Amino acid sequence: MADILTTWAALTFNGISFGMILFLISSGLTVTLGVMRLVNLAHCGFAMIGGYIAMAAVDYLGFGLLASVPVAVVGTMIIAAVIERTLFQWTYGISELGQILMTIGLAFVMVALCNILFGPLLHALPVPDWLTGNFTVAGVVVSVYRCFLVVVSGLIAIGIWYVVERTDFGARLRASVDNPRMARCAGINVRRIFSFTFTAGCGLAAVGGVLGTQMLPIEPFYALNYLILVLIVVATGGLGSLKGSFAAALIIGVIDTYGRYILPAGGGFVMYAIVLVVLLARPQGLFARA
Amino acid sequence: MSEHNANQPALEITGLYKNFGALKVTQDINLTLQPGVRHALIGPNGAGKTTLVNQITGVLKPDAGTIRLFGTDITNATPEKRVALGVVRTFQIISLFLRLTVAENIGLAIAAAQSLDAKPWGSLRDDDRVVDAVRALLERLDLLGVAERKVRELGYGQRRLVEIALALALKPKVLLLDEPAAGVSSHDLGMLLEILNRLPSDIAVLVIEHDMSLVFRFAERITVLVGGALLVEGSVDEVRADQRVRDVYLGRRAYV
Amino acid sequence: MATLSTARAVAPSIRNAFAAHRINAIDVGIWMVAIGAYFVVPTYLSLGTTVLIMILFTLSLDLAVGYGGIDTLGQGAFYGVGGYAAAFWALNVTSEPISGLVAGALVAALLGIVTGPIILRTRGLTLIMITLAITSMLEEFAVTAKSITGGDDGLTGYHIDPIFGMFHFDIYFRTAYFYALAVLAVAFVVARIVVNSPFGLTIRGIRENPVRMRLLGVPIRNRLIGLFTLSGAMAGVAGALTAQVTGLIGVDTLTFLVSGNALISLILGGFGRLYGAFLGAALFYIFSDRAAAINPFHWYLGLGVLLILAVRFMPNGLIGLGEQFQLFRERKQGRGLDRGAS
Repeated sequence: MADILTTWAALTFNGISFGMILFLISSGLTVTLGVMRLVNLAHCGFAMIGGYIAMAAVDYLGFGLLASVPVAVVGTMIIAAVIERTLFQWTYGISELGQILMTIGLAFVMVALCNILFGPLLHALPVPDWLTGNFTVAGVVVSVYRCFLVVVSGLIAIGIWYVVERTDFGARLRASVDNPRMARCAGINVRRIFSFTFTAGCGLAAVGGVLGTQMLPIEPFYALNYLILVLIVVATGGLGSLKGSFAAALIIGVIDTYGRYILPAGGGFVMYAIVLVVLLARPQGLFARA
Repeated sequence: MSEHNANQPALEITGLYKNFGALKVTQDINLTLQPGVRHALIGPNGAGKTTLVNQITGVLKPDAGTIRLFGTDITNATPEKRVALGVVRTFQIISLFLRLTVAENIGLAIAAAQSLDAKPWGSLRDDDRVVDAVRALLERLDLLGVAERKVRELGYGQRRLVEIALALALKPKVLLLDEPAAGVSSHDLGMLLEILNRLPSDIAVLVIEHDMSLVFRFAERITVLVGGALLVEGSVDEVRADQRVRDVYLGRRAYV
Repeated sequence: MATLSTARAVAPSIRNAFAAHRINAIDVGIWMVAIGAYFVVPTYLSLGTTVLIMILFTLSLDLAVGYGGIDTLGQGAFYGVGGYAAAFWALNVTSEPISGLVAGALVAALLGIVTGPIILRTRGLTLIMITLAITSMLEEFAVTAKSITGGDDGLTGYHIDPIFGMFHFDIYFRTAYFYALAVLAVAFVVARIVVNSPFGLTIRGIRENPVRMRLLGVPIRNRLIGLFTLSGAMAGVAGALTAQVTGLIGVDTLTFLVSGNALISLILGGFGRLYGAFLGAALFYIFSDRAAAINPFHWYLGLGVLLILAVRFMPNGLIGLGEQFQLFRERKQGRGLDRGAS
């Protein structure tokens, strides 16, 4: 009995840490969708780019995992800002289908370039010694690194919450999400808010990409393989709702981990079925604005 | 249905009331449209014109009163049912099928009216009745020359005419025109009026309009609403001469 | 006066104002290329058969997306389900091929009727997500339900009888090629009849302005479900063909990339034109086959760049590009006449 309990407790914890990574990657996407109604299927590509930059920093510059995070974030944000300023100018105002096809095209380009630059192999970044190993709490074996992930992601989530809810920038961002036209009338530069948020969102995705390589290893098809998972987090949480994405990411992370434990061959089935039910009951997502 | 009640009014509204909470938007409205009449409904913003139209078309349910169409009580009929019976409206904001041709726009309405819209074979172009009906409508509205053009290539004035043609395609007995002059340039107003004057003479037309020059030249009778209640009803000259109307409504307008 | 007055002199042609696909040079050209390919490149009939089947699949997607405006990413579900149904039919009922196609169509249509009312309640991104979720669920189900679907290995080891008892399937895909071509021709005729019909016009009306369509008294959800089911059945036939001519149906038929590739074919060819599916799918699948043989990653790079440029510079596809050019020429020639009328 105690065994079963500890197993499930460990599963839950693993699910939560997985969900945290999902949240980091999807947080930028939900805001992009909420503010500009831009369906960006290349978003996972930015997490992948972050992962590869960190890998390069570790391999060629001898950086540690943690030191490589800021390098990856800044590098990804520069690339994101350039792409936002150029390519994405084309996507505003075209149909959702057009956006899907154009951003899928961008994801293809990312996949191909990463393969040409870094090869097709799977990579996980080395975890520093002090973060390896496990410890036991009340009989539950907990990985130090996953514990670290939960703490760091939790701090970042709190940081995001603070910026969005407590700062002047956050107020303008919320106004832009609620009603872009009204915000524009009130003198808010929605375009600039969006550019900034988009870039910051890609930076967050990069953090998720770098820290999550133990669960989601870096490879050229990263941009496409985890896309559906991230999209589902965003849709289930409700477009534009960070709170919703956070809840949805944790729920999906846990359910997916459970599902793969119960039904190793087709664990995803459970998750997709639940997501389908959620979307049918609440087509606008769990935390959609009324 | 049409023959035995030829001497009935086309539309007869009696004792209509509607409240939104404490707000009385329709107070004891009585309005009778004889077949073929050209009737205008005017009043300042907030007078309850749109609310009245919504009750006639069945989008809103009145709190009290009756609405009769050729003697038949339609107070509780659904909007779709009323369209089928012949109560049709146009919209202030033009809503058309932009990437379809003018003829296709009207063909769609005719197909819907004749329940052809689920037929997955054949073509409207080979259906002589539909083609003739489309041609007759286009002729009446001076749109024959643009039959093959897509609606998005048309100017605002012509789009307004297509909007009216769509309503006529549904074979109305009572036609409600919601601000037909809205957005039409002063330049095109004369033409619009000329075409409105050519509407089938057996249809009762109720026009809701802000443009007084159009109202005075088009309507035979005018009803003035103020604050949800009927202020005056009468002929154009009577309403023009009425001091209360001048005070309440027309007096504020520079061009009267 | 110019905007309201019209030139009476122009002879009114109400019939021609209704869009219709008429037999023209493009038709003749496409079918001659399809038949000619059999003789010109007999060693590539395997690829040719795949291309024909994918044209059929893309055609089915054009009905839903191009004509109905249903932005689905789940068309692969119909394709996969149709394929599994045909394989299951061949394994457990009969090896007769035509009935297998019918089985694939019916099972896919059933999926359309069941999921249509759910999917078509939504629009935009939610619709995209729900169609993705349904496809992913079916994919996971196919992996899990080994007894029905063979799991990761898929269904194989079935035999397909000669068509009408006369035409044996051969290893050179000669029979398969003409089989696929005949089925595609039938599907094209059906699609064309439906598109030209009052129902087809109604569907385009719904795509343009659903609110107005409802005000005309049309039950738009039912019409869309009808279209979705027809489109699904057609995709199911494509899947069934794949199962029959390759002798294998696997989980990969249910991935979102199957839908994505057809969508890409459509943007390349052009939406809502029927021919867009022919042109786009032929180009996409021939190039992807050749390029994948050389270096799949360079293919992705080229395809990605092409997609971005296609959405930006030719949103109506290659067919649309041709039409624009033709329109431009007509305008140029008819300029004097236009001026005279206004």
